[in-house]
Amino acid sequence: MNQVSFERIDNDILLIRLSGSWHLRGGLGSSGAFERELQAFAAVRRAGFDSQKLTDWDSSILTFLARVSDVCRQRGVSLDLAGLPAGIRQLLVLAEAVPERAGARKEVTAPSLLERVGASAIGVAGSAAEMLAFLGDMTVTFVRLFRMKARYRASDLFLLIQQCGAQALPIVTLISFLVGVILAFVGAIQLKQFGAQIYVANLVGVAMMREMGAMMTAILMAGRTGAAFAAQLGTMKVTQEIDAFTTAGFSPLEFLVLPRAIALILMMPLLCLYSDFVGIAGGAAIGVGMLDLSWTTYVQQTMHAVGLTDTVGGVFKSAVYGVLIALAGCLRGLQAGNSSSAVGDAATSAVVTGIVAIIAACGIFAVVFYVLGI
Amino acid sequence: MNGTAPTGNGQKPHITVHDLTMAYGSFVLMRDMNFTINHGDVFIIMGGSGSGKSTLLRHLIGLKEPAHGEVLYEDESFTRADAARRQQILRRVGVTFQSGALWSAMTLAENIGLLLEEYTDLSPTEIREVASLKLALVGLKGFEDYYPSQISGGMQKRAGLARAIALDPAILFFDEPSAGLDPITSRLLDELILDLRDSLGTTVVVVTHELASIFTIGNNSIYLDVDTRTITSRGPPKELLARSEDPKLRRFLTRGGRENP
Repeated sequence: MNQVSFERIDNDILLIRLSGSWHLRGGLGSSGAFERELQAFAAVRRAGFDSQKLTDWDSSILTFLARVSDVCRQRGVSLDLAGLPAGIRQLLVLAEAVPERAGARKEVTAPSLLERVGASAIGVAGSAAEMLAFLGDMTVTFVRLFRMKARYRASDLFLLIQQCGAQALPIVTLISFLVGVILAFVGAIQLKQFGAQIYVANLVGVAMMREMGAMMTAILMAGRTGAAFAAQLGTMKVTQEIDAFTTAGFSPLEFLVLPRAIALILMMPLLCLYSDFVGIAGGAAIGVGMLDLSWTTYVQQTMHAVGLTDTVGGVFKSAVYGVLIALAGCLRGLQAGNSSSAVGDAATSAVVTGIVAIIAACGIFAVVFYVLGI
Repeated sequence: MNGTAPTGNGQKPHITVHDLTMAYGSFVLMRDMNFTINHGDVFIIMGGSGSGKSTLLRHLIGLKEPAHGEVLYEDESFTRADAARRQQILRRVGVTFQSGALWSAMTLAENIGLLLEEYTDLSPTEIREVASLKLALVGLKGFEDYYPSQISGGMQKRAGLARAIALDPAILFFDEPSAGLDPITSRLLDELILDLRDSLGTTVVVVTHELASIFTIGNNSIYLDVDTRTITSRGPPKELLARSEDPKLRRFLTRGGRENP
């Protein structure tokens, strides 16, 4: 147990006796008693230590002594360290060897509500400007692509096509089949009441082709591939690989973003079409298994209900969603800061940005298709 | 201080930095920097931690824009050049980054080969040969088909140097070349730097605080001082050690007081 006692020598010297064992587990000694002692004997000009009964110690005693030393400095009392064990003296000297750098300490101030609202508004405006600049740069990059001037590695493109095409099939199959089943199930309960079970085929067919196929694939790919793009590019930023591209005279937008965008633009329509058919198969499973329809009837009814316009509309939307996912992922990756947590934030932000962009685009498509009568 | 004076032999300075101020928003890192780097110099940018050495390097290669002032390559403003011209200037520049910054999706040979593919008309076999030669120069013969993640940090750094010298650049920038290297490798690296300078006439700019390297290879230098936020000393490092009166620089060059580093 740590113990401190005080003794006055002459009129102006205070002796601090340290005894017992000082360990962090036993808590830090308080300097309160020392301050009270100094207040009681205002004439004290010098303080010293007696540490004969001190058995063992660790950083707890150093913290206590640092407090004592602060108090002495404030009160103009000179502190004589000679009575302390050599080890403690050495560490205290070390702790005070480098003075605090002026301006190094951070001022912790809680900004007012108004200040925070203002700061985040400025932040939003800044990030919108960055997004527009990125869109502009990417437009230029695509123009260069069409003029056959853009440079990227074909092997990168093929690898990316494989990653966001074939390798995405299992998850797209699972989700699309389940969406088809759910749509059919919900529809069946309602339509059965009117003896109109056959229209489950129309419901599932039209919903999958027009909206759900493109939408489900897009949301899946935003979570799967958009996040991966952001993490890849973010990590490349941390390891200075992107700087290396820039100084080698290669545009990161052409070398990194362009192949990713092309891969998704090519693969999204295919995945969407695949998802449409798997969804319809899910609907058919319910139609045949629960509603006593035959496969032939179900397929015929679907073919009757779904037009080419529905299919093409859905596929077109999916290509647009592909661009949005790729751009959101790459933008957030390129904006990432220089730490591992920043890469995580970039991946999160890529998914959020991607999904928001997809939903917004979906709304715009709904209005445009309605106006055009598609 | 003869910031922009021409060199003795009448040649234009290779790089001129004119009134450069580096800042992040309102936080000024260094201000009013003027210095020139001559052809064939091994130029050392030194300073304590947090003095902005690496940031200065980023300014020199256009990865960060100056808050004020400009960087000139052979009297042509790099800061004011458009993107296409900058790329042309950078084609004569090689950079080795602190961690190597190899492109992790490519093998070492592909890392080097990409530059040759883009900027030369060599055939794939010739490119492979040149890449092998560059790797052999940094002591990595036989590692052509390794990915960066399969080799050690020190080897990555050397491979980064092999990539930087792929196109025989006129200027080589090094960001902390010996950090993280064992003493023998770092000495070999120093020798390699001098060899490149002597055989190809390459101008070398090194950001470092390794005293051994500073005195072995540097023939000119500047010292960035954290407190005054500007360049406080300049000149050949050995001369600075012998003559400088600046107590901070003396402490820096003598590891805090020992006169024989």
